[in-house]
Amino acid sequence: MNAPPPPALAVTNLTHAYGARNALEDVTFSTPQGRFTVLLGLNGAGKTTLFSLITRLYSAQSGEINIFGVNISRQPSAALRQLGVVFQSRTLDLELSLIQNLLYHAALHGIEPAKARILGLAALERAGLLGRAQDKARTLSGGQMRRVEILRALMHAPRLLLLDEPTVGLDIKARADLIAQVRTLVKEQGLSVLWTTHLIDEIAHDDEIIILHQGRILASGRADSIIEKSGAATISDAFALITGNHAERLQT
Amino acid sequence: MSMTALDGIKPLTLRQYFICLWGIVWREGLRFLHQRERFISALVRPLVWLFIFAAGFRQVLGISIIPPYDTYILYEVYITPGLMAMIQLFNGMQSSLSMVYDREMGNMRTLLISPFPRWFLLSSKLFAGVFVSILQVYAYLLIAYFWEIEPPSLWGYATVLPALALCGLMLGALGMVLSSLIKQLENFAGVMNFVIFPMFFASSALYPLWRVKESSPWLYYVCALNPFTHAVELIRFAFYQKFDWISCAAVGAYTAVFLIAALIAYDPARGMLMRKSG
Repeated sequence: MNAPPPPALAVTNLTHAYGARNALEDVTFSTPQGRFTVLLGLNGAGKTTLFSLITRLYSAQSGEINIFGVNISRQPSAALRQLGVVFQSRTLDLELSLIQNLLYHAALHGIEPAKARILGLAALERAGLLGRAQDKARTLSGGQMRRVEILRALMHAPRLLLLDEPTVGLDIKARADLIAQVRTLVKEQGLSVLWTTHLIDEIAHDDEIIILHQGRILASGRADSIIEKSGAATISDAFALITGNHAERLQT
Repeated sequence: MSMTALDGIKPLTLRQYFICLWGIVWREGLRFLHQRERFISALVRPLVWLFIFAAGFRQVLGISIIPPYDTYILYEVYITPGLMAMIQLFNGMQSSLSMVYDREMGNMRTLLISPFPRWFLLSSKLFAGVFVSILQVYAYLLIAYFWEIEPPSLWGYATVLPALALCGLMLGALGMVLSSLIKQLENFAGVMNFVIFPMFFASSALYPLWRVKESSPWLYYVCALNPFTHAVELIRFAFYQKFDWISCAAVGAYTAVFLIAALIAYDPARGMLMRKSG
């Protein structure tokens, strides 16, 4: 008999406080393998704290995080190797060329330089940026930088990709392209994705959704079933009902 | 389809550790090459001291014969080890500045999500900074050579290398500790005022400690405890192919203390980074 596959990401009873203020309170959720999961929350909901804990910038005061069943505190190396991350702030080294940025990241993951170069050039080619491999990262547009950051996060072939508000600061076209790029990865390569956002229009009806509000998980499940359960007509209304917030506060 | 824990995840090999270290040093070297202003100012600063300050003070400050020197020496010769250490001091503080910058900009986070142990990543980063500081010191020594400041034998250039490596490590580790304490980039001016200047002036870089003792005994004790004094003396002796075990032991001990403090500061469980990014 086969045990069910572990979730791509499982967060259990996670609580974290800064001083007296609880940023996360007993947070439990899991994201299925090979799916596009959206972590939805307003600014200040605790998304950044959650993200810092999953990427092990610091450890949670209580609770557990598992990536494909590997505990991040007990086996950080094995857990981090399955994880690709795109941070909210721009993290390309602007002084280095695109290929140098990719090679640096590959080295941080112990990938042989010769192999890294082949992987990096192939990735740039797929993204239509091969001609710019030698250009400095600072010459890229915001949308291009994000695409390169995604290529970089995938250099070590992780199975779970985390993206923290990746569309912030992008124009409509760049946003749409970016979402399409990541959705394609999920569809074609079976990548598991956790996408955090406060923008409701980035959600598709069959996405997995986790609603984080003031440090607590208020709902999780498929977008359409959350809408149905809440008795709302749209995800935006559902969010307002669930969080008791006015829909205007959630940008679309 | 097997999707269970730890399937296909092999432990990291020694070669992979080496690749990671190389990658970090390589990036630091590239950044250094791209920041020409940083290189030039790192070089100009000690040269201003050498060409202007030392020339002016040559007549004012008489230096008696003290070890490691066997004869009377020019003041320029006396302050050169201090200036070498100063290059490393600035470099150490500059890399701490760049770590604060990296943390604010998120580059530090891309480093810290690497699967290698955090102590290894931070030590590699430190090592990369030391490598760059040593390049700067030798560039300075090359110019000083044409000013007829040289060790008694060419071997001095080789024997000073391990001293520079150790001092660079100590000052870099100190910078790393500070980088975890500085909340924002703007506070770097405070580092200049409260760390670089006091460390530099309350040391044997510009004047021998016996002279300090004559004028102020308590200042003498401050200088004698100052880690920077020991860095200067270690370099001074090594440049003359001599070994000062007291300064070596002091630099070694301070390095260990600063390193441990830096590792604690960046340990995820202790969470010194927490308040800054929350």
